[in-house]
Amino acid sequence: MQFIELLQSIMPMVLFYSAPLIFTALGGVFSERSGVVNIGLEGLMVMGAFSSIVFNLTFAETFGSLTPWLALLVGAIVAGVFSIMHAVAAVTFHANQVVSGVAINMMAVGLGIFLIHDWYGKGQTDSITQPFYTRSIPILSDIPIIGEMFFSGSYYTSYIAIIFAILSWFVIYKTSFGLRLRSVGEHPMAADTNGISVTRIRYIAVILSGLLAGLGGATYALTISLSFGGSTISGQGFMALAAVIFGKWHPLGAMGAAIFFGFAQALSVAGRNLPFLANVPNVYLVIAPYVLTILALAGFIGRAEAPKANGEPYIKGSR
Amino acid sequence: MKKNRLMLILALLLAAVMVLGACGTSNGDDNDQDTNDTDTEQTEGAGDDTEDKADFSLAMVTDEGGVDDRSFNQSAWEGIQAFGAEHGLERNAGYDYAQSDNAADFLPNLNLLVQQDYDLIFGVGFALKDAIEEVAGNFPETNFGIIDEVAEGDNVASITFAEEQGSFLVGVAAALKTETNQVGFIGGVESELIKRFETGFYAGVKAVDPNIEVRVDYAESFSDDAMGRSIANNMYSNGIDVIYHAAGGVGLGVFSEARNRVENDPDANVWVIGVDRDQYEEGQQGDHNVTLTSMVKRVDVAVQEVAAMQLAGNFPGGEQIVFGLEDDAIAVADTNTEAFTDEIAAAVQEWQQKILNGEIVIPQTDDELEEYLESLN
Repeated sequence: MQFIELLQSIMPMVLFYSAPLIFTALGGVFSERSGVVNIGLEGLMVMGAFSSIVFNLTFAETFGSLTPWLALLVGAIVAGVFSIMHAVAAVTFHANQVVSGVAINMMAVGLGIFLIHDWYGKGQTDSITQPFYTRSIPILSDIPIIGEMFFSGSYYTSYIAIIFAILSWFVIYKTSFGLRLRSVGEHPMAADTNGISVTRIRYIAVILSGLLAGLGGATYALTISLSFGGSTISGQGFMALAAVIFGKWHPLGAMGAAIFFGFAQALSVAGRNLPFLANVPNVYLVIAPYVLTILALAGFIGRAEAPKANGEPYIKGSR
Repeated sequence: MKKNRLMLILALLLAAVMVLGACGTSNGDDNDQDTNDTDTEQTEGAGDDTEDKADFSLAMVTDEGGVDDRSFNQSAWEGIQAFGAEHGLERNAGYDYAQSDNAADFLPNLNLLVQQDYDLIFGVGFALKDAIEEVAGNFPETNFGIIDEVAEGDNVASITFAEEQGSFLVGVAAALKTETNQVGFIGGVESELIKRFETGFYAGVKAVDPNIEVRVDYAESFSDDAMGRSIANNMYSNGIDVIYHAAGGVGLGVFSEARNRVENDPDANVWVIGVDRDQYEEGQQGDHNVTLTSMVKRVDVAVQEVAAMQLAGNFPGGEQIVFGLEDDAIAVADTNTEAFTDEIAAAVQEWQQKILNGEIVIPQTDDELEEYLESLN
């Protein structure tokens, strides 16, 4: 019974922590499934967080309680546009995808902070007045045990993230677009021979990853930090990248990995309160999520097989 | 497969680089310069009237936070600007700052300012300790000041603050505010400095009512706001209703958790106590404000004081000066009059007087805290 109570208390935390990671990891899945490595997820998250906060601060009075939703959309679109840069460099110009991704990361943080300086005259924005709030879902939250665990005190964005993961699974595995996406990532030449435009598919995939990473960054900013500064997004994009690999490039796997990260983190906080862990030094609980991740990566999931053509630019006619 | 591993290693390396890089990327100098130039033009006019130009110059090197970090560096810079205005100095010709984007900038920045013949150079933040010691050793003619750390050298003044005093007072406020008799403390990374916040707060709470429980948690970070959010959620869920944070950016997560609770239940009794500066703005939620009070650290006051000492010819080289309540360098914010009631304010005032009179000595370490708690019984 105590275990259930513990789960009930940490589940909302798990969901809120995981949501940004799920969105971003899904972006990573789309991009990498098409054969484009996207290390720029972190930078795209920064753009999402930055633009959603700026939008929120500027239009909070105009749109009222609708603001966070619109800000979410704006964050996704801006990051989507930003990701075109990666697509142009990596797909059209066959540039090294890792380098181009790193460039995105550096540019996003620099640009974000420069513009914040320019517009607000300080290194960090004020807190927004219209963030997302946790809500209980009517009816569903009345179900005993499960209702309390999953449907009360969570953000709508968390549920949207999970729905997106299922949608992504459907798109990648059950639609013809998904089949093309995967074939382009596995064997672009074969796909090209069959009349699939490798360039077009990869562009779509990279822009999708930008949109999703932007959603992730905006979600983080609108639910957790409520402001934007140089350290708002610090490492979450790379956590999401790890979730992609951990989840074996599968959307549901990536979601599972993201939730696992959230779970480990929430447990390390809640664990401090449990009587049987009272004598464990704090530092062990804090590193627990990372140790668990390494163990899981090393032991439980076995070989993580990347899409075959991942990271290789496709040059028409070359063998 | 081999490639994947390589990628992963690369990704992790990059993650480390980005995390470290994100800690302090404030690249807005150009813009800054513009606004500050107009500032100095105004002060120039004022300076001409007074005809009180001092033959003295001072400068500071920021840490990674940058000069407009709404905290430490900004406060120090404001102190320098105020000092400059008071003594008819002009920017670039009497006072200036050098921005450090990362730890590698500390030494070059300090050397640059020494070569520009500044008489007094401040290093803002404990991170500059080594750099200050090295440069101070090389240039014994120039005076240096370091904030929040004690550095060696006859030409270095170490400026620290009596955080335990302010923390004690906000502890008193927390003890009077709590209805559940449970309060919490969230620290950044455990260190001598943050320990003073913790023990001061602990002692303050217990001084009012020894039965109040104080839960202490460390986030092991100064920037992970999600961690702050998680800890705050856990604390509030377990009945704690007042949280004092001394954890920089982690505190943002504490504020967002408290705001979220108030939004869902306007009657929720949750409060946050801010740190370093008045964090009233962070706590605004609709018409309500969750910031009970803040432990304010006036770096600007300390900087001006030390500069004035040098001007008067008695620079405290090789000494450690502790700024506290008696210098008005530590204060308790009373912006949120609705939450920070007259009753609480009066009690805080009373304890403050006791501290000033030397009736109580506030513990700064775990051992001292233990002794203190025993003396309460």
